[in-house]
Amino acid sequence: MERVEFISQEANFNADTGIRTETMMLNMGPQHPATHGVLRVVLYLDGETVVKAVPYIGYLHRGIEKLCEHITYQQCLPYTDRMDYLASICNNIGYILTVEKLLGIQDAIPERAKTAEVILFELGRIESHLVGIGTNALDLGAMSAFLYCFKERERIYDILETVCGARLTTSYPRVGGLPLDLPDDFEEKVRNFLKVFPATLAEVDSLLTRNRIWIDRTKGVATISAEDAIDLGLTGPALRGSGVPYDVRKAMPYLGYENYDFEVPVANEGDAYSRFLCRMEEMRQSLKIIEQGINNLPDGPYAADLPDVVLPEKELTYTRMESLIRHFVLVYEGFKPPAGEVQHAVENPKGELSYYLVSDGTGKPYRMRVRGPSFVNMQALPNMVKGRLLADVIAAIGSLDIVLGEIDR
Amino acid sequence: MSFDFDSLIAAINSAYPGAVKERIEYRGETTLIIDKDRISSVCGHLKGTFGFTFLADLTAVDYLEIRTPRYEVVYHVHRFGPEIDENIRLRLKAEVHGDNPKIDSVTHIWSGADWLEREVYDMFGIVFTGHPDLRRILMPEDYEPFPLRKDFDVRDREASKRSFERALREGGD
Amino acid sequence: MGVNSNSLLGGDGFITTTIEAFANWGRKNSLWPMPFGTACCAIEMMGVFASRFDLSRFGAEVARFSPRQADLMIVSGTITYKMASVCRMIYDQMPEPKWVIAMGSCTCGGGPFDSYAVVQGIDEFLPVDVYIGGCPPRPEAIIDAVMKIQKKIDLEGAPIL
Ligand code: SF4
Repeated sequence: MERVEFISQEANFNADTGIRTETMMLNMGPQHPATHGVLRVVLYLDGETVVKAVPYIGYLHRGIEKLCEHITYQQCLPYTDRMDYLASICNNIGYILTVEKLLGIQDAIPERAKTAEVILFELGRIESHLVGIGTNALDLGAMSAFLYCFKERERIYDILETVCGARLTTSYPRVGGLPLDLPDDFEEKVRNFLKVFPATLAEVDSLLTRNRIWIDRTKGVATISAEDAIDLGLTGPALRGSGVPYDVRKAMPYLGYENYDFEVPVANEGDAYSRFLCRMEEMRQSLKIIEQGINNLPDGPYAADLPDVVLPEKELTYTRMESLIRHFVLVYEGFKPPAGEVQHAVENPKGELSYYLVSDGTGKPYRMRVRGPSFVNMQALPNMVKGRLLADVIAAIGSLDIVLGEIDR
Repeated sequence: MSFDFDSLIAAINSAYPGAVKERIEYRGETTLIIDKDRISSVCGHLKGTFGFTFLADLTAVDYLEIRTPRYEVVYHVHRFGPEIDENIRLRLKAEVHGDNPKIDSVTHIWSGADWLEREVYDMFGIVFTGHPDLRRILMPEDYEPFPLRKDFDVRDREASKRSFERALREGGD
Repeated sequence: MGVNSNSLLGGDGFITTTIEAFANWGRKNSLWPMPFGTACCAIEMMGVFASRFDLSRFGAEVARFSPRQADLMIVSGTITYKMASVCRMIYDQMPEPKWVIAMGSCTCGGGPFDSYAVVQGIDEFLPVDVYIGGCPPRPEAIIDAVMKIQKKIDLEGAPIL
């Protein structure tokens, strides 16, 4: 839905040429293919130059934070998928880690579960960056890169499907570890992915990285300086693309990320191309992490031995009375974290995702707050496009890699 | 990663006496309860003197019928270390009374607070004085209730329907 | 009825049929969808358009983001009240004949979001032809829905003028 209006109060009359010009208002969205969902941006244009851009959000506000106040901690998990649905698994793991911190059981989580979560987290990162790059390229007219990216996503869907049965909305780990042991072919599938993915990455790389058109459309476009980026609270590739090496995996390590050997890619230009380069390199680093994870995936238990938190095994639920009762209580009332509040941040593909949970000692969260990286990153848009051409708005939105589910929640 | 919070609190309190009301440690996180009227000065001090350049999050909690100042506005401020692993995160809280809730805006300190404060206003109805553009952000502009308040029923769709019907009639959005 | 038998074309190179049947045959095999994607389901819809599932095998790959060039609206993703008026406006802008697929639990009945902001089923304000359950539905289900629309066009047709 694009609508054009002329606003006459800003009309200028040029006496020399005898031409009267007006600032034009262009409404982009909320139904527009390049806004990655239901973002609406109102642009004020002087000819083709953007005078002002005003984003309007909330078209996908579903009330997730409120809904979560009425259900048990474990039941909140599926809602977290539906925020950043391009990398559901990362949201899931972030939420699980927050609840584990609230319960104070981080140390009880077995290594097998942690390593598996790292592998899945990095797969989620690749999954999201593929869409980020693919759709950014698609918006700028490079259709083939998009198709390569989606082809590779299907492979990740396959892995996720063997692990948890769903392609997109994973709702996967549980508080206290994994709900079931990893399937037998998990390792094989991940290794296979490690083998074939670099080829696709190279293809995307050769399609875009030195592509004249791509460079012209993204280099020097939508720039933001490091100071502005920090001031606005940007995170993820949007911040690292401006030269600030902030990555939660290094800054406040979780899941044992401090034991993995990887680098945080940083680019200095702060433009759309830098952010693209960061994403490409991050995918390579993710591959490295996945490889380390799969090589060191330990055997042993997959869930913590905490009867108050973790559901008993299905087998036992069906055969033993005590397990059945425990199952019943855990499902109906949920576990009850002590009153208190925690915040936990993870490095989502798009930036810092943090959950802030307030417990009042009952089985339901008193308040769940999600700080979605896209929500904060989106604020940079007016800055980025001011004084630029209309076509650059598309490149800017694409390079910020936003997902509306997370902005609006 | 060890940081001397005591000297930080002492410094704030000597600059703004009585600004830090309480310090809470829980699960390895530090929370400071800040006097509501000083929040903007304290935040400015934290950013200017102590280098908390990054506002990680800003939100609120409604403690209806649990505590007397009904709302708490919660800030998560962050300091990047010189090394990538020397980061410090601090939580600040300010209590805001239930009737006519109001607190100073911190947008002049961190511009990233803009949308975060608008969201708190949208969801809780807490007014941030000094905010340059305090409008609803997620809900439609003619929406009346504040959904995240505890006395609002999650299934109450009446107000949404009203604004939808108005939009249909007027063809706006 | 369908116009698909080669033998009918025979040696003379022409067949007899009704205008309606002929038009519907064309419509059904060249649906132009208008992907009204808002949330997670839209990602699965993109998956259907992409290589592995490839909706073009059913003649429906020409996704038009302008409602005026489309005859099949695939509403995928949560529709909030704030978005609903936009959705209705887009629907009104589509030329007749038009069909609507409600993809995903959210569009069918609110899905997991029984909350203050979400429309509990888009049939509150739109006529829906085919509902697809699932959160999100698998791509196969979407293809099935498109085939159901084709069948519907075949059986019920639509007036020519
Ligand atoms: S049905 Fe499920 S997957 Fe589809 S939009 Fe709704 S929540 Fe997302």
